[in-house]
Parts: sequence; structure tokens; C-alpha cells
Amino acid sequence: MAEVVLSWPTKDKATAIGKRVKRLDGPEKSNGTAKYTYDINLKNQLIAVALGCPHAHCKIKSLDVAPALKVPGVVHAEPLRKSGDEIEWQGEMLAVIAAETEAAAREGVAAIAVEYELLPVFVEEDNLAAAEKAGRTSKGGGKVQTEKEPGDNDDEDEFADKEIARLLKEAAYTVEGHYGIDPITHCCLEPHGSTVEWKDGKLMVHLSTQNVSGTDDGFAKDLNITADDVTVHCDYIGGGFGSKFAPDYWGIAAARISKATGRPVKFMLQRDQELKLGGSRPSGYLHVKLGANKDGVVTVWDSQHHGSAGATNPGGISHTVIPYVFTPKNYRRLATNIKTNHAQARAWRAPNHPQACAMTQTALDDLAMKMGADSLDIFLKNLGTDDAPGVSGAKPSVYKAEMEIGAELIGWKKLWHPHGKGAAKGSVVEGLGLAIHTWGGGANQSSCTVRVHPDGGVETFCGTQDLGVGTRTVLALVLAECFGLPYEAIKLTIGNSKLPISGPSGGSTTVGGICESHRRAGLDAFAQIAALVGKKLAVDPATLEAVGGRVQVIGNPAKSVSWKEACTLIGMKPLEVKGNYDRGTKSPLSNSQVGGVQFAHVAVDKETGVIKLKKFVAVQDMGLVVAPQQAESQIYGSVIMGIAYSLFEQRLTDPKTGAILNAELKDYKLARIGDIGEIVVNLYEPESERSRGVIGLGEPPVIAPGAAISNAVCNALGVRVPTLPMTPQRVLAALKAKA
Amino acid sequence: MPTSTTSLDPRSGFSRRDFLRGSGAVATAAALQAQSAAAAEQTQGVAILAGEQTIELSVNGKTVAVKAEPRTTLLDVLRYQLDLTGAKPICNDGSSGGATILVDGKPMQANLMLALQAVGKKIETVESLAGDAVPKAFVACDAQQCGFCTPGFVVATRAFLNMKPNATEEEIRQGLNGNLCRCGTYANIVHAALMVVKGGNNG
Repeated sequence: MAEVVLSWPTKDKATAIGKRVKRLDGPEKSNGTAKYTYDINLKNQLIAVALGCPHAHCKIKSLDVAPALKVPGVVHAEPLRKSGDEIEWQGEMLAVIAAETEAAAREGVAAIAVEYELLPVFVEEDNLAAAEKAGRTSKGGGKVQTEKEPGDNDDEDEFADKEIARLLKEAAYTVEGHYGIDPITHCCLEPHGSTVEWKDGKLMVHLSTQNVSGTDDGFAKDLNITADDVTVHCDYIGGGFGSKFAPDYWGIAAARISKATGRPVKFMLQRDQELKLGGSRPSGYLHVKLGANKDGVVTVWDSQHHGSAGATNPGGISHTVIPYVFTPKNYRRLATNIKTNHAQARAWRAPNHPQACAMTQTALDDLAMKMGADSLDIFLKNLGTDDAPGVSGAKPSVYKAEMEIGAELIGWKKLWHPHGKGAAKGSVVEGLGLAIHTWGGGANQSSCTVRVHPDGGVETFCGTQDLGVGTRTVLALVLAECFGLPYEAIKLTIGNSKLPISGPSGGSTTVGGICESHRRAGLDAFAQIAALVGKKLAVDPATLEAVGGRVQVIGNPAKSVSWKEACTLIGMKPLEVKGNYDRGTKSPLSNSQVGGVQFAHVAVDKETGVIKLKKFVAVQDMGLVVAPQQAESQIYGSVIMGIAYSLFEQRLTDPKTGAILNAELKDYKLARIGDIGEIVVNLYEPESERSRGVIGLGEPPVIAPGAAISNAVCNALGVRVPTLPMTPQRVLAALKAKA
Repeated sequence: MPTSTTSLDPRSGFSRRDFLRGSGAVATAAALQAQSAAAAEQTQGVAILAGEQTIELSVNGKTVAVKAEPRTTLLDVLRYQLDLTGAKPICNDGSSGGATILVDGKPMQANLMLALQAVGKKIETVESLAGDAVPKAFVACDAQQCGFCTPGFVVATRAFLNMKPNATEEEIRQGLNGNLCRCGTYANIVHAALMVVKGGNNG
């Protein structure tokens, strides 16, 4: 058998990889037949609803679920907390009621009797002075680096103070500013939850999860069974964004209720609970002084930032990504964490990066404004060169090439004007801005079993999931390429914990992982089939290729057999091949570290403070592009999420009571279809990047919109609106402060 | 520290399990087939329907018998009794458009409508549009990611294009503003709606 060489076909040879195709599960998603966890209804099931704590900080004096059991239709009451417990955020579940209908369960919840003792609340994550006064701060880490090193006898802190002061004094230009980004919630449209069935000591869980292969043990642990007795199933998930990795205590509660009642239980979070408990992104507020040389290259960066990730582990945004992407030679970056009365934050698409980008690349743009310089020039100058990079993540040459493409697409040369100096149309001014980002996106662990049947059928079994990426489409394209078949011919079974283990969908690792396992299995299977065909045709199997439904001598259809005929050579039983990739293994099939550049063109009404996106350009490297149409969709989606957190989205908390003020969708403002303007996506895939292999895409394009849009608004107004989201109120306040 | 006590059970008068018969909005309740003798009773001149009724609904061209309390939403009937789970429970207030269905051809939110109000009306869900040009265009334009909001958008797009078969891009961007997507599929939804308009097979 010929030795399997791990590689991808070149762009001109590829027949499936890199082709624009329809999403394989598109019809089911569009016609309503795709079954999400929320849609799974089991016979005789109960519906569970939880009582959420109305207070942000309190002690439970008494909790009595007995009255709920008297409500018609209520079958079971499961207290989750007891008297004496301290509750540290609003919405925390205190008890769960299971009933014949959701309406009865809600009525049961309303009948629960609770007495609370209120405790002091602190939720002002943007207010460092107040947090210090309330004793809510802790050190969040930091780092100092200077070109000149302290002497043996120097106190390091004193040296850093003096050195940074000296560098700032010697700088040709300095900028001092505040920049912030408010907390947002994941706001999954399918809330967290499950439908579970406990039967004969075994647990079946339909779970809305981005971690199909990794949640069975969590259920088992709390139910005193072993993981082999748990099956987790998820064909479709209605949004996760980093918030759906675990069974969560409400999933465990559903399982316990099913065990206690002997009936299946459906327990999905109510909308307000989804927004209060289902996940949020930490806030960040930064104060910086930076210095630059006469060319606008930053020589020194000195920042402190604070923010919160909630009550349990208050760690906000990591100092390690400050300043973002750009790596000045001298810097001091310090972080302070604030403990608030909010539920713990969860990983949100590209953890730390969007906030860091929004808090720091805005300062770089303010440098351009101060210099009266073109922002694009200042960003370019700070990139450095591939030999002496001024950036991390991708190579300066990648960012530079992407900047040139993006600048052309947004019309930078024609439309750019110095900050605040554009022509106004009535009260409306326009502006351009840009920002850059990076992300790892290395392949996750993934295993699969691929079967090739003697009749030519091909199927794969893989414990991965489709978070919206297009997992099924990607898998089918990879196997189709290996076997020279149309991608629709590949049958897929994913979304079940009993399948070969694949990693969670987090950190842009899914596509890399599943491409690794499936390319390996596919090449292996084809090598075995080629050996059989080679024998039949009396040719060297290494000279065979699979293309157009045939196995042929490369470039010679005259010497070939059909795919079906080739498969009959397998024998009576299907050929079964396993593919496996362990995370971190160096491979020619996948890679990590991408760079992306984004440009925004906005129109701002100075009278109303309303910002409108006119156009947005995203240029993105992702190594080899497997499914371009789905990749584009992911970038469109990232940009739209970015527009939402730049202009609309914020979790609003009442500072006195800690109550979340906008936990319903009519109040939690997301971007709508009329808000997005024109979005242009450019997949940056020169051979230099394509040859690196597959790299994940879920996180990178969601990072830069905040800074790009803020910079465009600043370019329009000549005034920085310092904190995202840039609501009309904040735009008007910034204009007023300037005047 | 102050103390607060929840009193979340202010049940007095009519409960949500009762249904007043006689108001204009609910006149169709006359078509109810009350199964329980005690279901309807006269109180101060209005009929109150209490408890579970069996009613007949017209859904996707078929007449179906379903059980409903006065408080039962049309969405719950569709999802729990008819296994029509395309319409989704995303919001409580209609702001997401996730539960968009057609009622006598007009877009409505199934979670904001009681099952009893649907008696005598023609209900169409996304499942009935499987062969329509709109979901096909959504697939062609990749106008879905996680897909949870997609059925609502498909029905809303169908309803909007029925009203404005030659809608411009600008009109589409305004006309579909009632639905929410979290993955950010809007750009391709605009493309899909335009494809239907340009395709001419828009009916």
C-alpha cells in the first residue's frame, strides 16, 4: 500500500475543497424541520421552570416550595437553594418546578414562598473609585517591559516609573485618553437547556451544547452514575458563542427531576434567565498615556484598566493582550479586577480580544488625529517589518497586504479626510476608520470513523457539533475531495457523545480539528482502495487519483474504474478507517495564527447622535479556505455582531438594586437587518497563506469592528466617543464635552 | 438590612386559565366544542370558559383537533401537540419575530396569540413553505448559521414579499426589521430576498 502523504490538493486541482456550495443542512434549517434541543418533545414529558432570585445580593431567610405542589398540573418541586444561602446575583435559580405544561410550571413558580434578607449591592464595574471604596477590587496582573533594563541596585517599580516618564517626555507626540467597552450578554436565541430522560439507571440528554463529546461526565458525576451510562445528543444548537460548554446546574437539576419523577423533563431557561445567567462578556475601561516618535511609531505605552467578569471570579480583560496586536518596545500594562453582583461571565467569541482591540487601537487612532496624520499611514508605520515586527500574531506583511486590499475596497484614498474635517451634509458627517486583529485558531482534538461501503456509499461518524459554522458541509467537502465524489453523497452522523470524540467548538478550533481527522481518514481509506484498484489495473497505486466519480491513473481517464466498481473490490464488509488528530500536533494540514483587517465607513448625525454604518470591509486570512460561502457567512455574522456591540448592545444594571434592566429582547438592543449597511468580505488566500493549511475562523473577524467603527466615528466628528456602545446619548455627550 | 417578601401569587378574580367569551376579539370562541359540561358558566352576563377544551384548528391546510386551556398559546399547540417546531419560542414580547406564522395570510407571532383566537382562521407555518421560493433562496444564499431564527425570517420574508413582490433592497431592509438574528445572517437574508424578487417566481 502506498504511504499516505498528508497534504491538501493545490487550488487548481481541488474539486471540492474551496468550492462554493450550499450548506448541507440548509434546507432543514430553512424549512423548520431541523430539530433543536428546544424542539425535542418526549412522550409524557414534564416542563420545568425555575424561580430566579429577584435580588442581586441577599441571604435566603426561608424558602418553601410546598405551595407550588398545590397548583394544578404541578408534579415536582426541586429546591436548589436553602435558607441561609447567600445569593450574589439577580436571576440565580432558587428552585425548579416541573409540571404538565409550561403555564402550570410558571404558576407553580409564582406560588413558591421566599423571604430574603437584602445585602449591599455593588455593580458599578466602570467606576474604579467607587469599587475601591466598596472594597471590591483586586490586582489583575500586569507587566512592564523597557528596552533599557534596570540596574542590579534599582528598585524595579521606581525604575519603570522613571523610565516611562522619560520616554513620554522625549516622545515627539503623546496621547492620553480613556476608552471603555460595556458588558454584553451572549443572548443565544435558543436559551440554554435540555430535554432529559432518566430510564433504568441511564440518562439520555438532549442538550443545547457546543461540547457534545465533553459533557457526559459532568452529568454522571452529579448523578452517581458513570459516564458510559450517559448519552448527550445535539443535532442542532441555536447559538452558543462560548457560553454552552457545560451541563450547567440547571441541566443537572433536570436530570435529577427526571430521576425523581420517572418522566422525561424539558428545562429551557426563560428569556430573562438566559440574559442574566446564560453568559456575559467582561467589561473593560482603560486609561492610557502613550508616546510616539516623529513618524508616529509608538515608543512607549503606559496603561491601567479595570473591569469585571462578575461575582465568582472577577478577573476582567487580561493584560496580556494590551495594547492589542501592536507591541511597542516599552510598555507598562496593569489590570484591576472588580467584583460585582453579576453572574459569572463566560467565554464570548475571542475572549479578551474585542475589548482589548476597542480599548487600544482607538488610542492609536487618536495619535493619528493628534498628528493630523492619515490613520492608515500610522497603522502601517506601527506594523514594522517581517524582520523587525511591531505586531504579534500574523506577520506584518500579511496585515499590510490586507490593509491595501481593504483600503481599496472601502475607497480610503478618495473618501478619507483628516479627523473632523470632512464636509457636512446638513448635520451629518462621514468618516472612515480601521483596526486589525489576530487569533490562534489551531485545530482541536478530533476523531472520526469513516466507512466506505462495497456499494460505494461513504459515511462518517464524529462526535462534533454544528455551532452554525457549517460543520456538516465542511466534513462532506473534505471526504468528497478524498474520494472524488459530489459532497452531497457523503452521509454524516454527528452530534452524539457515543460517537468518536471530537473537541468542543470553542476558540475557532472546530474546522481545523474535523478537517484533520477526516482528511487523515479519507486519505487512508483511499490508499487502501487504490491498492486494490492498482492490482486490478496493474498499475502503481501511487499513480491513482479519485476524481469525478472514478479512480484513475492521474490525468488518464482511459485507465480507470468507476468509484462503485472500485468499492466492490473492498469485499463483503465495509472498509472502516479511523482518523485522529491530537491538539497541538504539528501537521501540514492545519496551522494557527491569522491576521485580519477591517474598515468602517460611517455617517453620524451631530444633532441626533445617531450613527449609521454605510459600508464595512473585512479582509481575513484563514489559511486554506475549505467552504468559502460558509466562511463568508461567518465573517458577515462576526461583523454584524461587532456592529451590535459597537452601536447598540449593553447589559444595563440598576446601580442601586443590581437589577438587570434589559433582560428581555425588546429592551436588549441588538442590530437588526436595517442597521448593518453594506458589508464586503474578502477572503485573503494567497498561496503563502493557503499552503499553511486550515485555520479556524469563528473568532477573528468579530474582534476589530469595535475599534474600526469607533475610529470611523472619531474621523467623522473629530471627537472620540470613548465607550462602546456608542449610543446617541454618548455621541451627544462627547460632542458637548468637546464644545 | 431591609427585608422583602415575595408575594407573587395575587390570584383573585379570573385566573389565566379562564377565558372570557363575548368580546369582539374572541368572538370565534363560539366555535369551541366544549367537552366539559362545567366548562362554560354564566357569570355576570359573560361566558367564562375554564379548563381544557378540545378545539378544531386549520393548520397547513388540514383540520386538526387539539386541546387548549384558555391560556394556551397557539405556539404551544403547534410545538407540543402538532410537532410543528419551526416557529420558535425566542421572546415573550414579539420583538424577536421567532414565532412568525401566517394567520389568514398575515404575519403574526404565534406566542402572542391564544389557541382559542385561532379557531376559524387559516394557520400556515414555515413547514408548509418547504417547496416555496423563499427557503430555497435562503439555502442558495447561505442565509442561515445556527438556524434558530431562520424559520421566523423565512415566514416574515414570504409575508413581506407577498405584500411587496417587487420590493427594493432598501424596502427589504426596512420590511424585515421585526425579526432578530444573533449569528448575524442579515447580509445573506437581504441577498436571499432579492433573489426571490428577481427570480420572478414570487407567489
